[in-house]
Amino acid sequence: MTGAPAPEGRRSEALKERYIVDGDDFQAAGSASSAMKKLLRSLGVPPEAIRRAAICMYEGEINMVIHANGGEAEVAFDGETITMTLADSGPGIPDPELALREGWSTATDAIRDLGFGAGMGLPNMKRNSDEMTIDSTAGQGTTITMTVRV
Amino acid sequence: MTIGEVRTLLDARVLCGEEMLEQTVLSACGSDMMSDVLAFVKEQSVLLTGLVNPQVIRTAEMMDMRCVVFVRGKMPDEAMLALARSHDMAVLTTPLRMYTACGRLYEAGLKGEDLS
Ligand SMILES: Nc1ncnc2c1ncn2[C@@H]1O[C@H](COP(=O)(O)OP(=O)(O)OP(=O)(O)O)[C@@H](O)[C@H]1O
Ligand SMILES: [Mg+2]
Repeated sequence: MTGAPAPEGRRSEALKERYIVDGDDFQAAGSASSAMKKLLRSLGVPPEAIRRAAICMYEGEINMVIHANGGEAEVAFDGETITMTLADSGPGIPDPELALREGWSTATDAIRDLGFGAGMGLPNMKRNSDEMTIDSTAGQGTTITMTVRV
Repeated sequence: MTIGEVRTLLDARVLCGEEMLEQTVLSACGSDMMSDVLAFVKEQSVLLTGLVNPQVIRTAEMMDMRCVVFVRGKMPDEAMLALARSHDMAVLTTPLRMYTACGRLYEAGLKGEDLS
């Protein structure tokens, strides 16, 4: 993607945005993903890439709220690649390989009542991103980085 | 199928997005688990659900869905409708149960996900 106008006429290279994800507010979860979607649209990113990025970010954002008491999300766009970094100080993911298996979940019934907790999020993030890394230390937190090429 | 036809087939009430009734939808997805919906990739879709919380609207937003139908007479609150309006989404409520609602749409030609 080249030549798409950035806000205020700036060029779109190396654009970076940070969002706080409130771990105590399930109702507001998704607002970072929503803001990112709006931002990418304003930069002229093709809808298909926006949707893939939005799904990745939203699944990650919901995970931070329901499993890790919130965190921080960062989005960077260099004109070709959308990079999303989701960092939290939650309980960590002891076995990322296991967590990536479809259907594997530690969610409680209370979470399932909210419509989440099927163990589909991480596999979906992997499917919709071009690259995904999970960096997690039990007891200290998790950082997930995903890229979507435009 | 148009959103207006969805309304008629489901004996539904339009809660917001009256101006969108002429718009076309090409597929539909019915689930109370947003996790499942997020794994469904189709454009111009309708989401049918019995779950009522703002994440239903958020999920539809992320998937670029046009229309959300609450089944079993469920009613979203004003905050959810405001969110839906801000993303140009039509929101309907039908007294029908999930199975019947999905069945009516399917029978009328609105398809679900292809397994590929
Ligand atoms: N940020 C995180 N911090 C701690 N644990 C996490 C985090 N994200 C995921 N997990 C763990 O990995 C498991 C699998 O995550 P995944 O997103 O695939 O499923 P889920 O969130 O349980 O359900 P779904 O995504 O279908 O709503 C979770 O149940 C949880 O145990
Ligand atoms: Mg999840």
